[in-house]
Amino acid sequence: MQGNQVVFVDGVRTPFGRAGEKGMYWKTRADDMIVSAIIGLLERNPGIPAERIDDVAIAATTQEGDQGLTLGRTAAILAGLPLSVPGFAIDRMCAGAMTAVTTLAGGIAAGAYDIALAGGVEHMGRHPLGRDIDPNPRFLAEKLVSPDALNMGITAERLHDRFPQLTKERADRMGMLSQHKVEAAYQAGHIQADLIPVALPSDEGYGMATEDEGRRPGTTMEALAELKTPFRPHGKVTAGNASPLTDGATIAALASEGTARELGLSVKMRMVSFGFAGVEPEVMGIGPIPSTEKALAKAGLSIDDIGLFELNEAFAVQVLSLLDHFGIADDDPRVNPWGGAIALGHPLAASGVRLMIQLARQFEMHPEVRYGLTAMCVGLGQGGSVIWENPHYRGAR
Amino acid sequence: MAKSAIAQYDSLDVGPLLAHAQDEVVTHSYVRYVPMPRTQGTLALVTLDNGKDHTRPNTLGPQSLVELHTTLLGLQEQARNNDIAAVAITGSPFILAAGADLSKVGDIPDKATGVLMVKLGHQTLGLLGEMGVPSFCFINGLALGGGLEIALNADYRTVSASAAALALPEVFLGLIPGWGGAWLLPNLIGIKNALTVMVENPLKMNRTLKPEQALSLGIADAMFPAARFLEDSLKFADEVVAGKRKVKRPHEPGVVERNTVWPIAVNTARKMWRNRIGTVAKSPYAALDLLASAKSNTKAQGFAAEDEVLAELIAGDQFRASVYAFMLTQKRAKTTPGAPGREHALPITKVGVVGGGLMARQFAFQILRRLEVPVVISDISEDRVADATAWMEGEIDTLLEKRRLHSDSANKLRGLIHGTTNMADFASCDLVIEAVFEELGVKREVFQELEKHVSPEAILASNTSSLSIGDIASVLTHPERMVGIHFFNPVAVMPLVEVVRAEKSSDAALATGVSLVNKLRKTAIVTADTTGFVVNRLLAKLLGEAMNAIEAGTPYEVVDESVAPLGLPMGPFELLELVGLQVGAHVLDTHHAAFPERFFASDALRALVDHGKIYDRDAKKKITGVSSFAAGLMGSGPGFSAAELRDRVYDGLADEVWRMLEGGVVEGPEDIDVGMILGAGWPFHMGGLTPFLDRVGASDKARGKTFHTPPVKGVS
Repeated sequence: MQGNQVVFVDGVRTPFGRAGEKGMYWKTRADDMIVSAIIGLLERNPGIPAERIDDVAIAATTQEGDQGLTLGRTAAILAGLPLSVPGFAIDRMCAGAMTAVTTLAGGIAAGAYDIALAGGVEHMGRHPLGRDIDPNPRFLAEKLVSPDALNMGITAERLHDRFPQLTKERADRMGMLSQHKVEAAYQAGHIQADLIPVALPSDEGYGMATEDEGRRPGTTMEALAELKTPFRPHGKVTAGNASPLTDGATIAALASEGTARELGLSVKMRMVSFGFAGVEPEVMGIGPIPSTEKALAKAGLSIDDIGLFELNEAFAVQVLSLLDHFGIADDDPRVNPWGGAIALGHPLAASGVRLMIQLARQFEMHPEVRYGLTAMCVGLGQGGSVIWENPHYRGAR
Repeated sequence: MAKSAIAQYDSLDVGPLLAHAQDEVVTHSYVRYVPMPRTQGTLALVTLDNGKDHTRPNTLGPQSLVELHTTLLGLQEQARNNDIAAVAITGSPFILAAGADLSKVGDIPDKATGVLMVKLGHQTLGLLGEMGVPSFCFINGLALGGGLEIALNADYRTVSASAAALALPEVFLGLIPGWGGAWLLPNLIGIKNALTVMVENPLKMNRTLKPEQALSLGIADAMFPAARFLEDSLKFADEVVAGKRKVKRPHEPGVVERNTVWPIAVNTARKMWRNRIGTVAKSPYAALDLLASAKSNTKAQGFAAEDEVLAELIAGDQFRASVYAFMLTQKRAKTTPGAPGREHALPITKVGVVGGGLMARQFAFQILRRLEVPVVISDISEDRVADATAWMEGEIDTLLEKRRLHSDSANKLRGLIHGTTNMADFASCDLVIEAVFEELGVKREVFQELEKHVSPEAILASNTSSLSIGDIASVLTHPERMVGIHFFNPVAVMPLVEVVRAEKSSDAALATGVSLVNKLRKTAIVTADTTGFVVNRLLAKLLGEAMNAIEAGTPYEVVDESVAPLGLPMGPFELLELVGLQVGAHVLDTHHAAFPERFFASDALRALVDHGKIYDRDAKKKITGVSSFAAGLMGSGPGFSAAELRDRVYDGLADEVWRMLEGGVVEGPEDIDVGMILGAGWPFHMGGLTPFLDRVGASDKARGKTFHTPPVKGVS
């Protein structure tokens, strides 16, 4: 990237919860979740002077009720940031938080910001995707976008149609491995280290969210084979090879490298490039392929330069489509080493920063890796990709 | 571990208590478990929640306490088995707990049941000090009385920086903090701080603590912002249990404080309160006795002492009367019986005040400040107008200096003041209040002139204290728009306003008057258009009897002694000096003129007006004795004995209250008490006036019945 070097100072998130009445966040407000994350981030980075935060961008897909009202601004006020710190809301559906990061990074690169906070929140229990939407009738009348393109599960089934080699068996295996890898990462304490505990009001007293709620470590291929295919009779997409509906919030602190140096802030990643790209909405899952190619091209890198991949597992099939496209094996150890959204959950607009948090921690553990990729597909046919450089890089092994 | 403080309650049978708690709004005790990463253990988090929102706070009735007790016993067992490493208790949003449910006080049928309630509280809350693992209370919001005692019984406390209030208001209500508070508080925060919280604050208009005060006094060990209060508190607990955080208690009394400061502080306080409030109210002195004994009592002894003292108070008259008064001023007063519905009130967008004198400028300023609408104030000369508006602007400056007003708001208020000598400037006012010279002809002229300028719908009001609203209104084209709005001096401080319904007053006029009072954050009572309305009429009865007794040859001291059982904040003569001797004489004259057979006018008082004072005072304004001039006004007759005079006063007041009720001056005896408590400072712990007159038999003597059925009094 041209301009000032942008660095990822730190990122944290709330534990992710199952959406819905039985989920742990059912009685928790969406704005309270992002506020908790912001306070937690600033508490663990006391070197960030709150008054020097130049902007706060918070993403949410369904910007209504407790998830509306210019979240970046309201969350900043509720988190106790000085009133002089501005803020705004962002929406690029699933890539909300990622777009918050890239947008503010653009501002840093241009010299407009020194420090900025970027994150996202999605309380899918309180704000299910697609509620109260009013698509323009022209989409249908002019056959611009099939109504099926608004149902993400159906777009995933269509990816299976387009690429017959992406079988249900491969998708299920990716789903199972995601569960197992997350469990292993939990056992090693890799995930918990970046979670901010959140108090949970409920009708039966307060509890505390300390871990992601939706994990199923005991998942087996046999059990996955039994699951229903809700999007198509005798289809391929199941709850076992797709991410569940999730509540969660994430936040990252970005800075110019100069500011980070001046204030002695941690530098966990350096931003190399980013790209967004559009595809047919009916197969939105392949979006990360062109966006990654774009980002690689801007960075002057090839896919072989990428040592770690954090790919959002909206659906196993769309991750597989990217891996196939770039000739990467389904079980390549560089890909989602700690599992992904199938096990952890995918609170739409919050997920992008979750990928970055995990990549940042893996960078620290892998000084032999120089570059990493965070990428995700986006509803209505888009992909987003950000390439990061490992500041701990000490040359190839 | 020290000897159990609650083993003494092991054989407690709460059956009879639960029998009277059938319709209790139960505060449930929910338990959830939270991991403690530093301790590598589990914390059991108890949430108190009655399932209602903050408008119906958690309260602690018998069923609630039994549930909490059972819950804590279960956790004690888990602690014994090493399943949990700590216990914490917190509340529902904005509320920890507001103590016992006062609306259920009448259900306590006898002293024995009252004692059970006290002991059940000790047994339950005391368990928090004997869990076998550290206990915490996270004071997330309002914590009053028993609610704060939950926290005091725990080993450690955190408080939310946004908690609405913390207090031990028991003494205000005729009780003492009897669920451990009277022993625990001084032993936690030292005797001086405990005196402030337990005695001084309740007696100063039931003052409460802000969270930061609770922290600095040592009640809370840590304070955290509301946004992550529970998370931060849990982290605090984890750190304390893991030994990563030391809790400092600088106010905890040491040996030196116990042996030197402690007894002196209690005795000093006792003397001061005797001086200030007399000795009629029992609870402050009961609290002082307990605080004195908390110095050397063990916790078990302290709890037992609280049981004993509270048993007497909870069954006594003063507690019932206090609760009666509390309910009146908190609940009934807000509904304003006798007022037409709020829907009749007209919007108040601009207010006129005729007259720039002492009273007028005060209420003009209050209206300006609370309603934030244009206020037009007039007087007969430019100089007087300028004087009044300058005074109001000075008040704004004062608020600004005290940082109780933002400079933007101050600018706004200044811009809303309009002084004038021209009645035409009242043209667009919705409401015009007159406070000119107390003479019928003058007032009639004012209103006739006003009516030429204001709209036909505008409400006109008089602040008269001695004239008939109907008489003033009789000259108006639209007499139905006239209402009385009688403020008390000083307006900023006095919480009561009498709204007077003249014969022809419309619903709109009355409702608008009440609406104004409510917007001023004051309490209105609606009275008929009769001489003295409520407060002045009953004060005139008392003061008239007092002056008559002097003229009949009764010594001043005997007069004071005779009315002492009423528990008034000051004797009749001190009160006369406070309201002003001239005003007092005028009030007596007015009542004597209206009811010559029942009210005394007083030549002696007129003489005192000219002399200027009744008492001699020292440099600090403290009374040193009756002035020789005042003493010389004592009649040469035999006078009354204290007992004779007491009967005259009680009988006279009872008769007068009956007459007011029979004449429909107010809706019920409760309105009389609201008036006397808020308008004349008559004591809470007496329930104002009418419960007192029932208890001493005066109401029965006068009419063969009581004002209240059943009477407001204690149980045996």
